Amino acid sequence: MKYMLLIIGLFDDPTAEPPTAEAFQEYQKALHDAGVVVDGNPLGDIETATTVRVREGRRLVTDGPYAETREFVGGYHVIDVPDLDTALDWAARNPGSRFGRVEVRPIVDMA
Amino acid sequence: MSHGRVTGAVEEVFREDRGRLVAILAARLGDLDLAEEVASDAIETALRRWPVDGLPDRPLAWLVTTAKRRAIDRLRHDAVAQRHLAELAVEAEPAAPAEVAGADGLPDERLTLIFTCCHPALAPEARLALTLRHVAGLTTPEIARAFLVPEPTVAQRLVRAKRKIRESRIAFRVPEGAALADRLPDVLHVVYLVFAEGHTASAGDDLVRAELTAEAIRLARILRHLLPGQREVAGLLALLLLTGARSAARTGADGAAVPLEEQDRTRWDAVAIAEGRDLVVTALTGGDPGPYGVQAAIAALHAEAPDLPGTDWPQIVALYDVLRALAPSPVVELNRAVAVGMRDGPDVGLTLLDRLAGDAALRAHPQVPATRAELLRRAGRTAEAATAYRQAADVAGTGPERAYLSRRAAECAP
Repeated sequence: MKYMLLIIGLFDDPTAEPPTAEAFQEYQKALHDAGVVVDGNPLGDIETATTVRVREGRRLVTDGPYAETREFVGGYHVIDVPDLDTALDWAARNPGSRFGRVEVRPIVDMA
Repeated sequence: MSHGRVTGAVEEVFREDRGRLVAILAARLGDLDLAEEVASDAIETALRRWPVDGLPDRPLAWLVTTAKRRAIDRLRHDAVAQRHLAELAVEAEPAAPAEVAGADGLPDERLTLIFTCCHPALAPEARLALTLRHVAGLTTPEIARAFLVPEPTVAQRLVRAKRKIRESRIAFRVPEGAALADRLPDVLHVVYLVFAEGHTASAGDDLVRAELTAEAIRLARILRHLLPGQREVAGLLALLLLTGARSAARTGADGAAVPLEEQDRTRWDAVAIAEGRDLVVTALTGGDPGPYGVQAAIAALHAEAPDLPGTDWPQIVALYDVLRALAPSPVVELNRAVAVGMRDGPDVGLTLLDRLAGDAALRAHPQVPATRAELLRRAGRTAEAATAYRQAADVAGTGPERAYLSRRAAECAP
């Protein structure tokens, strides 16, 4: 079954030490070695985000992410594993889980 | 065998084994609803066939086979399920069958079912509802009544939880090694909640609630049987037995709650206490203590004391010191304050309680006025005690508790 792991980080936490690029690369390698990768990418910095809304037929385009919260989506992985516990294990191993959180969602098979 | 005797024997099998039947089917099919439906179908068929054909040598095996055939039939007619049929491998044995086999050689999958129903990915209320519905076999109305929640709410919780199990693919499996140790507290907590719900209600008044404590003990026994090496399971069973042993003495003839101080200890269940005390030894031997083991030890000290003054309060305080490190909570602090008051005198207890009540988390706790009232009464400050008892009666959760607290208020301020 395919799951998406959404790696969610936190803004403005002065005490936090965000995970390093090396940590993420090691994780990516582990996923590949295990043969579970379907897809995955970090996302561009939050400053590169643009939000689109359409209300009453008008398109509104603004700078920045979609919500005024402390959280932002930093990246994603799509993995193919037998069950939720396996997906949760991989989520726990993601360096982002120690800093922010990882959301695990089953991917709906639209076929 | 006569028709009547076979029917009686059949009903006996169903009472004992329905939980095991559903558990085996759920583990094979990965679907609780389907498991329940085909289990009911198989039982219905048995009720028709066995009185005519005679009781099979292995009734549970017969039910499992019949139910699985029914499941395959249903899945064949469901186009969506067709795709999953191959994955389900209904005919094949599971990769890691349950280690504990029943006397009939069939694996005991109830452990699988309990762990699945208590999976951390499910909401806490959902875990409780699922366990009661599918492991304990309570109906949705019974669960609703037990927890004073509207029936549609319970029904919705069950539907959502089962959908999550299906759509997120929560596997039907007992976790292993470190994962088992990690997940066991959630399972024990659910069983504890079932017991607590039955125990804090007025004893003897409502049949459903007495059945709840019995059901919790039954679940704890199943866990003890299937996880004999897990000391906290022994600790939980001990706690439930020792606490439940006092049930008969907890309600007076007038329906009021009887406090520990006034309970007729000859009405305590000596057999349950003996079993509980043995289990406490098991729970606390051979490793670090766990919270249920410690709580059971405290209950054991109460159970073996002749009366309140003769209770080993220093030892109880020492155990609360261990407990507050393992599993801190407002209730633990309050109970410890009472024990300190019994060990060192009510004034010491009151000072401690007042300091605790300064903490935001504890201040609003409904048990604080009652605890305060008891300590004031023991300290001889009867006027203040009367006021505190009246306050406590106002926030009391049940009629019997209110009756007791009002009586105390009247005694303190005649």
